[in-house]
Amino acid sequence: MTVDTGLAVEATGLVKTFGATRAVDGVDLAVRRGSVYGVLGPNGAGKTTTIRMLATLLRPDTGSARVLGHDVVREADTVRGLVSLTGQLASVDEELTGRENLVLLGRLLGLTRAAARARAAELLDAFGLAEASGRLVKGYSGGMRRRLDIAASIVVTPELMFLDEPTTGLDPRSRSQVWDIVRALAAAGATILLCTQYLDEADRLADGIAVIDHGRVIAEGTPAQLKASVGSAALHVRLLDPDRRPEAERLLARALGGVHREPDAAALSAPCADAEQAADAVAGLARAGIPVAGFALGQPSLDEVFLALTGRPAEAAPGTGEETAT
Amino acid sequence: MSTAPTTSSAPAADTAAVRTALSSMPRPPRPGPLSTALTFGWRGMLKIKHVPEQLLDVTITPVLFVVMFTYLFGGAIAGSTGAYLRYLLPGILVMSVVFTTVYSGVSLNTDMTKGVVERFRSLPIWRPAPLVGALLGDTLRYVLAGSVIVLLGLVLGYRPPAGPGGVLSGMVLVVVFSFGLSWVFTTVGLLLRSPGAVMNGGFMVLFPLTFLSNVFVDPTTLPGWLEAFVAVNPISHLVTATRGLMEGTATTGDVGLVLATAVGLTAVFAPLTAYLYRNRV
Repeated sequence: MTVDTGLAVEATGLVKTFGATRAVDGVDLAVRRGSVYGVLGPNGAGKTTTIRMLATLLRPDTGSARVLGHDVVREADTVRGLVSLTGQLASVDEELTGRENLVLLGRLLGLTRAAARARAAELLDAFGLAEASGRLVKGYSGGMRRRLDIAASIVVTPELMFLDEPTTGLDPRSRSQVWDIVRALAAAGATILLCTQYLDEADRLADGIAVIDHGRVIAEGTPAQLKASVGSAALHVRLLDPDRRPEAERLLARALGGVHREPDAAALSAPCADAEQAADAVAGLARAGIPVAGFALGQPSLDEVFLALTGRPAEAAPGTGEETAT
Repeated sequence: MSTAPTTSSAPAADTAAVRTALSSMPRPPRPGPLSTALTFGWRGMLKIKHVPEQLLDVTITPVLFVVMFTYLFGGAIAGSTGAYLRYLLPGILVMSVVFTTVYSGVSLNTDMTKGVVERFRSLPIWRPAPLVGALLGDTLRYVLAGSVIVLLGLVLGYRPPAGPGGVLSGMVLVVVFSFGLSWVFTTVGLLLRSPGAVMNGGFMVLFPLTFLSNVFVDPTTLPGWLEAFVAVNPISHLVTATRGLMEGTATTGDVGLVLATAVGLTAVFAPLTAYLYRNRV
């Protein structure tokens, strides 16, 4: 039974409990076909559990979800035939070579031996892994592993890709390579559901974002809408003298609106509209005779998004190990 | 330095080629269960190919046992080393292959801690295929472990009365039984937390089962209570049937009992393994 609503993912009231923990507590999602959708939240927020329910690896306790028009519980097998999953732990076999991984998946998906080999070679070339193709994945760097992982997800073209934290733990260079790949996939028309802890990642890649916290969607919108509610930039200031932080806090609050104490006793951050406003605020500190050790203008962090949305910083939900469990 | 080419000059993905790759592969028809299981069997063989040393653990100990028992105790137990070798070899064959079954549980347990299982479970394939395939790959391991023992026996002068046919059918029987037994260890492999626990647990069960059997000595020489245990021990039944096949004295009952045990173990533990695998969080 297919109900085509033009939505790639349509979830209503998804709930999943592990023991006493409500890992996912009534998540609703609507993802258009052909879009890149970001699910943004801290560790333990329920991102991975949500993705695993949508990819048919977990049964929801209550609620329902349709993926590409098919129910994830009743038509799980059909759904599995349409999606691909790149898990949080690299979903490749470390004890095989890169090439063997791709040939294995090609064979499992029904390619003939020759077609699986040809496809593996094509993907290894496209993902810059040709040179390493004969080596065991065990010896790959984090970035290479991730690229292989994504290559493995498109051995046959999926209609929907789940990417669970594709850049967590990668160095900046590998990170931007993965971003390039995701953009290329999006440009080729793939529908992607992307989980991430990084606002900048969701901002760069996604057309729509849901912010998730303690198993619930607490905000939803385009990156622009989300940033409008948070401030498009954040000013980070480090003082020379931690004792003067309360004073600086008052000044920044007056100049920029909100202000947020960072874990570092000498540091503060505050949302701001643009560089000019930030410069004025820093100049204000100097005029008041508060010595500044350094300052930076950056994108608001997930912490700041959370502060703006919930009035408290992002934190891993207590007692949940499910984000890293397999 | 030329030792770190992957970090300094690693080629990046070619995004145009990625785009082409994404659009160029329509979904082929789904492969059948057998073909999928065989593909997983191939995966198991590749792992042996990449780390052949893993076969050493399971071959060296039985080889040492054959040599040690034959020459140290052969004369005392059976009157001559030759006579004892004829008694011992089928038993050691059983022991060697049966020990190998623990590794099926260990490797499944290791697999479950890796992300690749998530991918397998998200594929549109026959659900038990990864399990059945892994055991098919392990079967090759059993054949290898068995062959080492038989070859060693031949070198040491083992000439069984039933000839090559007898040896071959004995070997097939041992492998079939081990296929059934390995489902027990895949179940254990999914229940216990670490590969080490599976290994220890497995050997804790298998050591008494293989030593308190008729592998090494004729059970009629044992105290009554021990003889009673040996008589009901399924490993003893397997040894009796294998020895019988190699000696040419096997009865249908001996062989039938072993096959029935293998079928019974598979019937109970294969679905249990599949259930645990499917529902593992």
